[in-house]
Amino acid sequence: MTVPVVVADHLARHYEVGGGLFSKPATVKALSEASFSIAAGKTLAVVGESGCGKSTLARLVTLIEEPTGGALTLDGKAATPENWRGLRSTVQIVFQDPYGSLNLRHRIGTILEEPLKINRPDMSAKDRSEKAREMMRLVGLRPEHYDRFPHMFSGGQRQRIAVARALMLEPKLLVLDEPVSALDLSIQSQVLNLLLDLQERMDLAYLFISHDLSVVRHVADEVMVMYLGRPVEFGTKEDVFATPRHPYTKALLSATPSTEPDPARQRIKLQGELPSPLAIPAGCPFAPRCWKAQDRCRQDRPELTGAPHAAACFFPEGL
Amino acid sequence: MALLSIRNLSVEFSTAGGPFRAVDGVDVTVDTGDILAIVGESGSGKSVSMMALMGLLPWTARITADEMSFDGTDLRRLTARQRRQVIGRDISMIFQEPMTSLNPCFTAGFQIKETLRQHLKLDRRARHARAIELMEMVGIPDPERRLNAFPHQLSGGMSQRVMIAMALACQPRLLIADEPTTALDVTIQAQILDLLQGLQQRTGMALILITHDMGVVAETAQRVQVQYAGQKVEEQPVRALFETPHHPYTAALLAALPERATERRLPTIPGVVPGQFDRPEGCLFSPRCRFADDTCRHSPPPVQPPALGIARCHYPLDTAATEAAR
Repeated sequence: MTVPVVVADHLARHYEVGGGLFSKPATVKALSEASFSIAAGKTLAVVGESGCGKSTLARLVTLIEEPTGGALTLDGKAATPENWRGLRSTVQIVFQDPYGSLNLRHRIGTILEEPLKINRPDMSAKDRSEKAREMMRLVGLRPEHYDRFPHMFSGGQRQRIAVARALMLEPKLLVLDEPVSALDLSIQSQVLNLLLDLQERMDLAYLFISHDLSVVRHVADEVMVMYLGRPVEFGTKEDVFATPRHPYTKALLSATPSTEPDPARQRIKLQGELPSPLAIPAGCPFAPRCWKAQDRCRQDRPELTGAPHAAACFFPEGL
Repeated sequence: MALLSIRNLSVEFSTAGGPFRAVDGVDVTVDTGDILAIVGESGSGKSVSMMALMGLLPWTARITADEMSFDGTDLRRLTARQRRQVIGRDISMIFQEPMTSLNPCFTAGFQIKETLRQHLKLDRRARHARAIELMEMVGIPDPERRLNAFPHQLSGGMSQRVMIAMALACQPRLLIADEPTTALDVTIQAQILDLLQGLQQRTGMALILITHDMGVVAETAQRVQVQYAGQKVEEQPVRALFETPHHPYTAALLAALPERATERRLPTIPGVVPGQFDRPEGCLFSPRCRFADDTCRHSPPPVQPPALGIARCHYPLDTAATEAAR
């Protein structure tokens, strides 16, 4: 058994907000109790609506922010701030918006070489440029693109550049924060194929964050469903999609429009909206919108139990 | 007679690099009670053609059409003042970004009542009553209080509901929804789509749904019109379109859906949508089409009969979607 590339153990991130002269500061629990591990060559997909803590999780795993609780292990080493410097090249990120994440004033070559300049100061300029060109070939960009600026590229090509930049330091884990949701359908499939190719070739681990369940179903090995900063269900892709156990997962699957509508299917209609993360309900966070909530749900918080296909619910589906 | 009938609509923008044709000979026909979906990728001209209808384009746009009539009125001949009588009352529109399409300086109630004041000349008390009624209709809880809420105090789903309430204020006969749920979460998207469908059935208005999400189309629309690079390439009833697409572009688009994938690698469409300077000579899709030959590359394709989905193609596909994907 090899060491997983990333192990997160009850990872949490809380923010203090407000707190003026007369008011007490409040705590936003953006992320709590997130535990998972990803092996090389595998994809863990994180699914949830806005405000569920997916992007906070991405920031913690990419070492952009320090967790306020729990422990993170990257490549067998504890990821504490004193180790960050050495671990930065282990994990890299691709952002959602390829228009906002590339510096407009730099040529593609400069963009790709910048991570090397910072993290491998002993590398010669010639080696850097060679490596950048090699990487461009790998992600399907042509050699003449080396001297062009980002505005000359379409959204799909920019996303290729962003992926190439993330791979320059040969990371073991790639965090993909909604990598295809800003792209058109015909381009989306090109980028997804590229990601699958690269994963096979370089044995990368992916933390794939998305709200699009049809994309997740296609790329993921394991799925973690989150609601209001907590994982509510965790399991293999097959288990989660075929027999969802948490009511929220079930509702999410049923709300996703399908191109082959089944007229017999009853869509679960969720009432209301996500509560504010400042005022998370005392019991199960999903209880106010859940159709099977009982008194117990409103008082106690269910734990994530029942591995390997775990759900945080007192009355899980399918039992 | 159709409620809305547009023939051969073209929109050209004068840009620094010469004229750019964003919409190229598009026809749109909608009857009362219809739900028409216009599908296409970015740059397919789906929003621009509807903005042209609403008169919302800047002065750099040159709009030409053989026919553009709404309920017998020729929209091309109206003065700006006359047009404003129709737009917002009989035809109204909701936009993609609910957060940015509301004016942040005014309360939700003020913005709903403004429409009522402009078009229906109701008095203050009647406006207030109607605004509350509208907010209840679109499912906003506690409407009395929400009337005084500013847009920043509302969530995305609530803002979109306010937008829908504004659009429905004067009981329009045609509602254009431009990507109404793209910025929203899936569970909220399901709520908003249900709401729009329910309102459409209750009031019998016509609904044009502009979207790029094939799932939304399949579950909401009755008829679908596919656009590519400013042209309408296919039009069919929704079920037929998903079963037997006739234009290669539609077929390729459907095959690229991850949920239809049978293998780990998704079928892709090579290349990108042509831009201003690389518009091909013949069929606009020919550089990316698997079936293209010299005819496609040199002469613009004819429009096929309705039995073949009004496809704009030299060689329309006439097999089941499964075989086309092979």
